[in-house]
Amino acid sequence: MTQTDRADGVGTAPAGTLARDPDPRTAPPRRRLADREGVLAKLFLLPTAVYIIGLVAFPFVLAILFSFSDVTTGNPSLDFVGLRQWRTILGSRVFWTSFRNTITFTVISMALMVVISHVLATLLVKDFKGKWLVRFCVLLPWTTPVSLAAVSWLWLLNSIFSPIDWVLRWFGLIEANMYYLGRPVLAMGSIIAVHVWRIVPLATVIIMAGHMAIPGEIDDAAEIDGAGFWRKLREITIPLTLPITAVAVLFGAILTFADMTVVFILTRGGPTQATQVLSSWAFFKGIEGGDLAQGAAVALFLFPLLLAAAIAILRAVRRTEVM
Amino acid sequence: MAHVVEVRGLKKQFEKGDVLAVDGVDIATREGEYLVLLGPSGCGKTTLLRMIAGLEEPTEGEILISGNVVNGLPPRARGIAMVFQSYALYPHKTVLENITFPLKATKIDRYARREKADWAAGLLGIGELLDRKPRHLSGGERQRVALARALVRDPSVFLLDEPLSNLDAKLRTSARDELKQFQERLGTTTIYVTHDQVEAMGLGDRIVVILKGKVRQIGPPEEVYSHPADTFVATFIGSPPMNLIDRGDHLLGFRPENFLPVEAIDSNGGNLLEVDVQVHRMEYLSGDRHIYATTSGLGSDDAHIIARIPATVNVAVAEDRAQRFAVHEKDLRFFDADTGLRTEPRPVRS
Repeated sequence: MTQTDRADGVGTAPAGTLARDPDPRTAPPRRRLADREGVLAKLFLLPTAVYIIGLVAFPFVLAILFSFSDVTTGNPSLDFVGLRQWRTILGSRVFWTSFRNTITFTVISMALMVVISHVLATLLVKDFKGKWLVRFCVLLPWTTPVSLAAVSWLWLLNSIFSPIDWVLRWFGLIEANMYYLGRPVLAMGSIIAVHVWRIVPLATVIIMAGHMAIPGEIDDAAEIDGAGFWRKLREITIPLTLPITAVAVLFGAILTFADMTVVFILTRGGPTQATQVLSSWAFFKGIEGGDLAQGAAVALFLFPLLLAAAIAILRAVRRTEVM
Repeated sequence: MAHVVEVRGLKKQFEKGDVLAVDGVDIATREGEYLVLLGPSGCGKTTLLRMIAGLEEPTEGEILISGNVVNGLPPRARGIAMVFQSYALYPHKTVLENITFPLKATKIDRYARREKADWAAGLLGIGELLDRKPRHLSGGERQRVALARALVRDPSVFLLDEPLSNLDAKLRTSARDELKQFQERLGTTTIYVTHDQVEAMGLGDRIVVILKGKVRQIGPPEEVYSHPADTFVATFIGSPPMNLIDRGDHLLGFRPENFLPVEAIDSNGGNLLEVDVQVHRMEYLSGDRHIYATTSGLGSDDAHIIARIPATVNVAVAEDRAQRFAVHEKDLRFFDADTGLRTEPRPVRS
């Protein structure tokens, strides 16, 4: 009988002995650190906060200060000059060329990205033999280091040794070499092609999730209702994957707007600024040219544009939330 | 007259796995019939329905709709309409757009489409909801929209895949009643898939009981209930299931509601099989009393028996007591111990 009484923990020992009793069943319950969610939350957020303040907020504020000063790499003292740097860049022909190029680059890249990644996503949600291989190949560009990819692309687009030229000549489609990176339109085309090649894997993975989220019965119902491939695409698949496509475009547009890797590797902005984009120009001006103030102003010019685009897209996504 | 839907020797084997999901099924519907495919989950009933719809290709066998072989034809060319378990309404389209969607594939113009949608919506009482999106509808309303979308196609057969399973219990009863009335009014042949025997008994003109891809019995509800073809049907249909008592080479079966205290049973000139049982437990369920008991008087020792005493019988039954129960001999069923199939009656007294 004693044992059952002890298990109850009631009325067996005088109250004073409870505190000394090491038995966990009778010891008063205590809150551990893991139970204190308020403290834990702050603790877990701390690294992120440090990271954001140190690597995002601080440089951002610094860039704003720079853009209103006359700081250069040669003269790092921060003297306030008002809007002078902004007036200079807005008055520069190269700025407007870069601006136009940035828009062209982003819009065409996004359009191609959406179409290609929808096609790939449609393919990859189907069951077929060798699917893993196709999936692997689609994801490969994303995992390839830029420097490695750059070597191949520079070779593919080389003015003399381009294998693309070689193939086209073999088919009799061209007479002379194309000089992909030497002509303004072809150079921009090459930049867009390589950039699309780089971002399509990410977009495909995002959009594939959208395709897979469409319930199988909706697909079946559309088939029963007599919708062919194109009607199903237009009236069911595209509207239902629109929110996630918008997310992919948002990611892609920000990556494209702010990216200078492809331009830097392939053309360094040439020929004659024909492929210069704002981010590459900011780099050339601010870092290579040493004019930190103007570089900062060019780079910051993108910020309100990106912010506006992000807000617009996220609003649209929320409005079209359908499920 | 040609059968609206007929399947002959239908088999389906999925790539993964070597079992046949549907294993040699022959069914023919009758004109205007409500045919229910009933079976536990995974028995192949939905696969069978999807093959009739054209959403799956059979591995073997023929499907005929209105007398024509439709194997290989896409769903839209089969003259069928289907209502899915989830209703599969297009979430980004309004109710009206959902209902008119199947009509867009046909060549009829916008006004005729609208007219048809209004007619279907009126028939199902959802005329007020045409501008709403599916997410703003209740479960019952969604079901009606799905039915309206099926209706505008003027199908020669309705295929319904567990359309009541997403509704709560209370709504399900009224929706079941509406479904039945709706079908009776239209007179369209309907094939209905369910795992719920109550739905099957309540809705079906005939029930097809399926297990592991094979048809175990086809017949009207009364027949399937009272004369089950084998022990699976006997225990799958009816709640509580039929009592089955092992008697060596055969099983003796009788329904719980036919097994009553001797005081409450009238022989009516027929023979009664009386037996002493030990009552263990009693449950009151919607007025009926369910008696859980054991007996050694019918063959094997301590065989478990369930009796269902209707609310109208007042005979006292006490737990942990021995009591004498009886069943009419005409209500006894006999099954082979090895195959489980129903056999000829055998002598029950030794």
